[in-house]
Amino acid sequence: MANVLIYTAHPGRRYSHVNTALDAAASATDATCVDLMADYPRHNINVEREQERLLAHDTILFQFPLFWYSTPSIIKEWQDLVLEHGWAYGSNGTQLKGKTMMLAITAGGSADAYGKSGYNHFDLRMFLTPLEQTARLCGMTFLPPYVLFGALGAEKTDLLANHVAGYTQLINGLCNDTYDRAAAAKNDLIFADTIPDLVKG
Amino acid sequence: MDSLLFLAFLFLAAGVIAVPIASRLGLGSVLGYLIAGIALSPLLAALNVDVVSIQHFAEFGVVMMLFLVGLELEPKMLWNMRGKLFGLGGLQVGLTMLAVTAISMALGLAFSFAITIGMVLALSSTAIVLQTLNEKGLMKSDGGQSSFSVLLFQDIAVIPMLAFIPLLAAPDLIEMFSAEAADAAHGTDHGTDHGADHGADHGDGHDDGHDDGHGPSEPGMIEQLPGWQRGLVTVAAIAAVVLGGNFLTRPIFNFVSQAKLRELFTATALMMVIGIAVLMTFVGLSPALGTFLAGVVLANSEYRHELESDIDPFKGLLLGLFFMTVGAGINFPLLAANLLPIVGMTFGLMALKAGILLILAYIFKIRGGDKWLFALSLAQAGEFGFVLLSFTVANEVLPASIADQLLLVVALSMLLTPALFILYDRVIAPRFAASQSRDPDKIDEKGSVIIAGHGRFGGIVNRALLGAGYETVVLDHSSAQLDMVRTFGIKAFFGDATRPDLLHAAGIENAALLVVAIDNKEQATELVHYVHKNHPHVKIVCRAMDRGHVYELYAAGCRQIIRDTFDSSVRAARSALEELGVHPYAAERAMRGYVERDLMALRDLAELFDPNIPMHENAAFVERAKVLMAEQEAEMMGEREEHLTRSERGWKHPSGDNPSVEEL
Repeated sequence: MANVLIYTAHPGRRYSHVNTALDAAASATDATCVDLMADYPRHNINVEREQERLLAHDTILFQFPLFWYSTPSIIKEWQDLVLEHGWAYGSNGTQLKGKTMMLAITAGGSADAYGKSGYNHFDLRMFLTPLEQTARLCGMTFLPPYVLFGALGAEKTDLLANHVAGYTQLINGLCNDTYDRAAAAKNDLIFADTIPDLVKG
Repeated sequence: MDSLLFLAFLFLAAGVIAVPIASRLGLGSVLGYLIAGIALSPLLAALNVDVVSIQHFAEFGVVMMLFLVGLELEPKMLWNMRGKLFGLGGLQVGLTMLAVTAISMALGLAFSFAITIGMVLALSSTAIVLQTLNEKGLMKSDGGQSSFSVLLFQDIAVIPMLAFIPLLAAPDLIEMFSAEAADAAHGTDHGTDHGADHGADHGDGHDDGHDDGHGPSEPGMIEQLPGWQRGLVTVAAIAAVVLGGNFLTRPIFNFVSQAKLRELFTATALMMVIGIAVLMTFVGLSPALGTFLAGVVLANSEYRHELESDIDPFKGLLLGLFFMTVGAGINFPLLAANLLPIVGMTFGLMALKAGILLILAYIFKIRGGDKWLFALSLAQAGEFGFVLLSFTVANEVLPASIADQLLLVVALSMLLTPALFILYDRVIAPRFAASQSRDPDKIDEKGSVIIAGHGRFGGIVNRALLGAGYETVVLDHSSAQLDMVRTFGIKAFFGDATRPDLLHAAGIENAALLVVAIDNKEQATELVHYVHKNHPHVKIVCRAMDRGHVYELYAAGCRQIIRDTFDSSVRAARSALEELGVHPYAAERAMRGYVERDLMALRDLAELFDPNIPMHENAAFVERAKVLMAEQEAEMMGEREEHLTRSERGWKHPSGDNPSVEEL
């Protein structure tokens, strides 16, 4: 039984069908859900409180829309303040060692948009290397992100429903330790249709 | 009554005309007054005015000045000055007395005459020197402080001198001297006659006018007491001043403030100063010294600035009158008759005094420009000289003919002092200013931030600024508020911040920032207007009570206008939205947008507002207000999309199909 902490951050939440649905799904699981924009509407992040949250959980999942190839600004702010030297990294910074970090990302662009031939020119994983390296520096395992491409029209098709169902399964798998982390790690990205293969039982 | 008013008009008019001209010419106010007095003297002579008794009355200005000097001087500072006070002051008086006595004896005067002249000429002019030092802002310089120490010591030294002079009485010597003089100067009868008259006048003036003066007078009924009892009464009087200043001031001002009448504070301040002067005179001490002491006692009190601004105009007027009487009192016929010897004596005296002061400056390590400031500022004889001279004539210590000539020397040396200050300003100071690496100006007790109004609003601003390490001076006109504030150890002063003189006393000239947090709208606007116009270097942060007040403050020149309930109302609205289930960040953004639009509208309208045109008659203002109201209404009708703040648009994509640029 692993403790899972889900950080969600969407500054334009009321305009996002996808993230609203994902939030609802996450809230129904055993994971601890934190809406960073609700806790800190004025970006006044409480460092002690956040560090306590991190200590109380083994798996940290960030759920956010990809903005300008990166996180919404509050997650950057959270990193800057919470991941202190001597606490999260540095010679004595071992508090996060052994924990797991994972991302759940919704991207407006289609899968084709990413990669050498797409208009975004780089692979999605390339854009996420700062977060991956952050996890590594803190001694955390970085799992491949759970991704929804073409998120902007997703609610009009069954894409969204599939993604939300996969999300629920993923979180439950993480909580129950039924998610095969080793097998997942072999993928670059995880999609709704890969989830059933990775969750045992 | 009529003649009194006419005389008052005469002196006021002369001052009003002469001082601005002198100031424009860079001569300083003191010289302006002196010249005005000289110009008046023929008229006063024609009207048969007793200039000397006016002078004695005007000397009360010196008492007030020392009270004000005391207010600027905390007890600790006075204690730190003790070395200079007694060392420098004592040596200056002692050495000058010795030198003048020796020279007088060398010129063939009897010892009793010589030492009396020594005492008279050893003293300097507190009135001229302090007034000029203050005017030029040199009081806090090393030279200014040293000069002040010496002047203070002289004030103390007058007391034993007045006790000592009657012992030198020598009527037979005077008779002999007068006979010789009459023989020698038979040809110049006219001049000396006039001089004798003048001397007699002076003597009379002393008798009926002395009590007003700042020199100690003959003790009243106290004289009949045995010595130890007199000592006891004196100590009791000083103790009364110190204790009264410490413990009675606050209840008195609290009591007076209940009447809410501006002039009562002035009356209270005058009452205190005059009362102390009377008490000191009664026990045979110098009134100037007594009020100085009271000033020092009150230097730490919250009423300091109030007292300062109440007394200051009286001091200025009386000193001006005093300087004019000095100018008017110059006996020109006598001067003309003895031009060379008197001018020679004046220059000789000033050279001698300056020389001794230079030596002392060397010993006491006063360096550079300060050394010259010290030597030149104290080189004259002073108004104490007038007092002592009239006293000596009355006590038959000096013959009237010598006293009259000395009066001229004293007056001339005072007349020349502003010239020496000009010499210092133009020639000496620039030379040293160039060679010295100057320390940044010490702003002393004057804070860099003045906070007008220390209620719930100003109090928070003050605590925040103090917490950030800024020096603040707080002004509040509520005694009750001050009592509360003081219990928290906050430095607050009693007074109405809308009065320019009080702002001056609080150091508006050196202030960087003024925070206006007073309750009265009109007064706040007036204050902003005044400071923006007269002290443009001072930045202003002002509280507005409502939108109309915002426009008025904007028109008055303030750009940092904070509506007192606006921010809290916005926060309340935000909390309300959150409680209604709106996402906290959505509520935050909604209120940010609201504030932004509101400020934009406010600024628009403030630009169009004209304090001279009623709002409803201001066509442009009304037009813009209508447009803004229509926009606001449209927004409330639900056409929200138009009014999304610019940054919020980023979170939203125009249609579900195309990605917005930011959300990739």
